[in-house]
Order: sequence, then C-alpha cells, then structure tokens
Amino acid sequence: MRLEQEEKDMLEGKYGKAAQKSMEILNALGEIFDAESMIAVHGVQIAGVSYANLGEAGLEYLNEMAEDGKVRVLTTLNPAGMDRENWQELGIDKEFAKNQNRAIDAFAKMGIITTCSCTPYLIGNVPHYGQHIAWAESSAVCYSNSVIGARTNREGGPSALASALTGKTPNYGYHLEKNRHGQVLVKINAPVKGSDEFGVLGKIIGDKLVELGKKIPYITGIPSATVEELKSFCASVATYGGTALFHMEDITPEYNKYPKPSDLVFEIDQNDLDIARAELIDEDIEIDFVSIGCPHASIHEIAKLANLLKGKKVKKEFWITTARPTKKIADEAGYSKIIEDAGAKFAADTCCVVAPIKGRFKGIMVDSAKACYYGRAKNKFKVKIGSVEECVEEAIK
Amino acid sequence: MRGGSNKMKLQGRKIYKGTVEAEAIVTKDGISFYGGVDPDTGKVVEVGHELEGQSITGKVLVFPTGKGSTVGSYTMYRMKKNNTAPVAIVNKEIDTIIAVGCIISEIPCVDKIDINNIKTGQQLIVNGSEGTVDITS
Repeated sequence: MRLEQEEKDMLEGKYGKAAQKSMEILNALGEIFDAESMIAVHGVQIAGVSYANLGEAGLEYLNEMAEDGKVRVLTTLNPAGMDRENWQELGIDKEFAKNQNRAIDAFAKMGIITTCSCTPYLIGNVPHYGQHIAWAESSAVCYSNSVIGARTNREGGPSALASALTGKTPNYGYHLEKNRHGQVLVKINAPVKGSDEFGVLGKIIGDKLVELGKKIPYITGIPSATVEELKSFCASVATYGGTALFHMEDITPEYNKYPKPSDLVFEIDQNDLDIARAELIDEDIEIDFVSIGCPHASIHEIAKLANLLKGKKVKKEFWITTARPTKKIADEAGYSKIIEDAGAKFAADTCCVVAPIKGRFKGIMVDSAKACYYGRAKNKFKVKIGSVEECVEEAIK
Repeated sequence: MRGGSNKMKLQGRKIYKGTVEAEAIVTKDGISFYGGVDPDTGKVVEVGHELEGQSITGKVLVFPTGKGSTVGSYTMYRMKKNNTAPVAIVNKEIDTIIAVGCIISEIPCVDKIDINNIKTGQQLIVNGSEGTVDITS
C-alpha cells in the first residue's frame, strides 16, 4: 500500500481517534487484498444498523467512533430493527426501541443521514456510472455495480463506516476493470416477469454460481426489466450466490464493455423456473403474515398496492416495508390512506429481515426470494413466494 | 494431548500488531463468530464444529479462515470487552470479517501460516507486528 500524506496523517492519529482506527482498518484490508493505493469514494451505505445484529458490543464500538468521528462523504444507513415512529403499533418492545435509538443516535452524531433503507439508490444516495463508492448491503451493492455501473466491493458494517469517516477505500476487487468481466454465460429461454419471478431467477443463478465457484454472470434472453424487477433480482442473486456484479445484455450499462464469456455456459428453461419457484413454497404452510418490500418498496410498487387494496380489507397482518422518504411521497399522493384504510400497515425504516420478529408468525407470504431465505433461516417461518397480486389475494381471503 | 517438542518459527503476514504468548487451540474448520461462538461464554456453539463446546477464551485460536456474516467482526469486539476473546488469531488465509474483527478489537493476528504445523496445547508466541508465530513447546 502506498499512502498519500493525508492518509498517513490519519493513520498517525492527526485527524483523531476514529479516523485513525478507520484508516487502520482500510490500510490492513488494502494490504490483505494487494491494493496499491487508496481511492476516494463518493458515497457510503452502512450495514449493521439493527440493534438485533449489533448488540451492546456493536453499539459500544459505534459510540467509541462517534466520540470524534465525522463523515467526509454522503452516508446513509441500512434498515433498522423497527419503524422509528410506528414501532409500538408493529409490536416492538420498549427496551429494543430504546437500544435501537441509541444506535441511530451514534450514527447521527457522526453526521450520517439516518434514513434507514436498503435502497439508497431510490432515495438520493445514488452514484453515477463509473463512480467509486463503499457500500454495504448486498442487494444495493449488486444494484449499484450492475444496474448503475458504479464500483464497490461488498463492504461490511465496520469497513463501510471506516470509508465514511475517511472518504477512502483501498483500490482492489470491483474497483478495478480487470475484475469486472463476466465469467459465466447464462441464457434464459423463458419469459421472466414480475418481482417474484426475477427473484426466482436470481435464486437459480445464485445457486448455480456457488456450485461453479464463480461470481459474475453475463445474462442473455431478458428483453426488458423494470427497476423493481432488477431490485428483486439483485437481492436474490446476492443472497443465494454472494454476487456483487452481473451483466445483462441490452439492459445493464457495462454488458458490451467486456468480452461475452463463452467457455462456461448454462441455460435456464421454464422447467428450471418452475422447480425453483416450488423450492420457495413450503408445504402445509399456514399464512398469517404478508409482507411486500424486500428490498424496500418503490413508490411505483406502493401505487400498485394502493390500486390492488382499494376498498378491500386485509384479514392477515400485512406489512409494506419501505424507506421513510418513499412513505412520505405515498402520504402526499394519497396512497398511504388507501392502504391503511384496507388494514395494511407501513413499516418504514425496517424490514422483515432485520426486525426482531422471530417466532411471531407461522407462515409468511412475500414477493421476494431474499425474504424467503431469511424468513426461513433467521425467523423460522414457513414461506411462500407469489406475485404482488397473489400476495394481496392471500391477505384479503 | 500435548504436541511434544518441535520448536519452530513460522513466518507469515502481519494483520494486526501486538505480541502475546499463550496456548494454541487448533481447528481445521472455519469459524463464524456471528452465531458460531457464544460471546458470553467464549465457547464454540456451532453444531457439528470440530471445537463445539470448547472455550477459545485466552487461547491463540488457529483456524484456516473465517466464514459467515460480517456482523462477526462486532461479535469479536464484544468478546474482547467481555474478556472472553482469544488473545491472538492465526489463520491460513485471512478473510475480511476476521481481519476487521481483529483490528477493531485489537487482537494480534497473523495469516499465511501453514497451520498443519501447529497442534492444540502447544505454547505459541504470536508477533503480529513481525507476522511470526514461534512454537516454543
């Protein structure tokens, strides 16, 4: 690692303790991954926000950093363990709420914007093509690298915070063009439509990549995709495959920048989609919880939900997880009232992956393959994937 | 089971500074600090892990590489504060979670060590600043 004067000064403590510890982390990561130097980052997304994941130790670390640490670039947060306004209504206990707020206060003290969302790119923390950033949150990492063409590694909570407090990240991995080539050609021979189906596709590709020991797929055969479909695909392929970057022919900006892989090819037919979908539906599931918004629902998805729920009544617990700014647009547009009149609830700032809801429900229906994975693994729910329309039908039945 | 007297100096790569002398606990399995280790007791709790039920507190923990969630770095920090952490870590190949965990918790750490040379119960001197591991017994 070759450090510039300012970076050396940080390492020696001239910019305070938090910057020093941060530069120690980044310098060590740079040495480990053979980076030659640091590069400036233009934005940061921090994970490790839910108190359920941080615990008292994580919180202590944040407080230590907040003593003299201040962010140098635009920085936003991942979902917290609760809706910061509506937590009581959603059944979060007081003690948890108190601790969650202590964590958010520590982030705020460092100058971080405490909007808690896994979709920073929908609410103003959005890089442009080719920009270097340091993002945690695997689905957002995948979206920014692939759909936007920005450059980030898969950061963890502490390393992303270190980049926020120094404005730097070691230059290795996905920051370098030589590591962004597609490695496996994936041909899709069936129509893929809707967030749920793009999630199913992400699971197939993710599982296959793990089996092959590869990371970057080059996907053909998708004629078009919406932002929401890509958002769902990113979350799924990152969850099942650890994928931080993919190329999609005629859709993502770098698809023709690098050669199309040809030595490693696999194809996906309708039958594969059917099998994978069946794997995301547990037998004898009793659904008592429906949740839309993994990753956080866009305003377009909320508009669609309002249309589906208008004049209806849900008979099951129904959460729409979204970023608070998106919720505010929905309030102004009148969608929130329609949705809440139908008995569905907004859970802003949080999501069904990080909220402390283990054991509270038996079976969850979602339109997200990522939510299926964590519903099973973390919260011990039975799961069922379906389209948004099917989710609403189930809820009002 | 003691390793016998095969004194040896192993040269690896420095990850985090500091020198300590302690007994080794060695595993061929990866370690996930988040969920795989109980930060209150210092015991490995991952079902089926080679070290399941054993304490890593106060030992030099020797394992191939880390695995699991990035929250593991915070778990290591919590163990350090609880006095349940290992006093040093030796890896074959470090990963981001363990590296960041050692840095924020200030646990001396060396990697690029052929860990087959080290046996549980041997006394080690880990020098995180030089990147060396001395087997002294």
